[in-house]
Amino acid sequence: MNLKTVSNSAPPAESRHEQRNYCIGLCLALVLTLIAFGLVWLKMVSGTQALAVLGVLALVQVVVHLRFFLHIDLGKSHRDDLMLILFTSLILLLIVLGTIWILWDQHARMM
Amino acid sequence: MNAPQPLHPGVNLDVTDRKSHEKASEVIFGFWIFLMSDLVLFAALFATYAAMSTQGIAQGPTPSEVFDLGSAFIETLLLLLSSFTFGFAILAMKYSTSRLRLLAWLGVTALLGAAFVAFELHDYYVMIVNNDAWPQTSGFLSAYYLLTGTHAVHVSAGILWMIVLAVQVMTLGPNPLVKLRLLRLALFWHMLDIVWVGIFTFVYLFGVAA
Repeated sequence: MNLKTVSNSAPPAESRHEQRNYCIGLCLALVLTLIAFGLVWLKMVSGTQALAVLGVLALVQVVVHLRFFLHIDLGKSHRDDLMLILFTSLILLLIVLGTIWILWDQHARMM
Repeated sequence: MNAPQPLHPGVNLDVTDRKSHEKASEVIFGFWIFLMSDLVLFAALFATYAAMSTQGIAQGPTPSEVFDLGSAFIETLLLLLSSFTFGFAILAMKYSTSRLRLLAWLGVTALLGAAFVAFELHDYYVMIVNNDAWPQTSGFLSAYYLLTGTHAVHVSAGILWMIVLAVQVMTLGPNPLVKLRLLRLALFWHMLDIVWVGIFTFVYLFGVAA
């Protein structure tokens, strides 16, 4: 019976809240994308500095996507998924940095 | 009974469909594991690209010569918007009793995704015609076509999957099984957008800036 009252009263408020979340996510992602493309279009970054600035912007945008589109947050029920994502991120970091390190080293020796 | 707890990340079906909601936790966690292993595939391709785009130019064109930032920007917007519209499709599935609304949002999402793939194929065409940038021209281009091509194949598979689910919504109706399938496709679709953030940043923007 409680189920009934919940399903009668909760949806409008929750629905609005969830719609707003997607809209916030879209706006933040748009702003971050525009900043990243703007910096390169206006030639404000280059070289290693570009890698750092664009990397940070991308990282923030990934977090925005995870938070607002995939709804990953620090809530208790999401811990397993968060652990899974963080562990995978560690593996990804090892694969990417390890490959780049080894191949740069090989490249330097071949020169 | 207390108010239902969210069982998993993502839109929970709790308030409007308790039955689907109770089954969601397991299948969605399983799907997350698949998504993460898919990410490992993309990480390997990114690592290859990172090495190849600096050391594997050979006599071919450099990244800044072949990339068209305007086109990459349009593709970014298309994919971002499609992620957003898929969010609204899921909300329509959760709150609306009309199938039409869900199908309309799914249709918009599929069209945006198809436009994205079309733009990318057009990019390849322009690169090959203007710069003679074939996949076999240099290590950099092989890695580029492999990375962006794998992503485009994922998006195309997502569109196909969306069509299959739209047919299921039309014929079977939004029953619990179909709803859970749609939730998983949504995760897949959002994840592809995250991979694209990496591609437009490190392939296109950094390729042109550096």
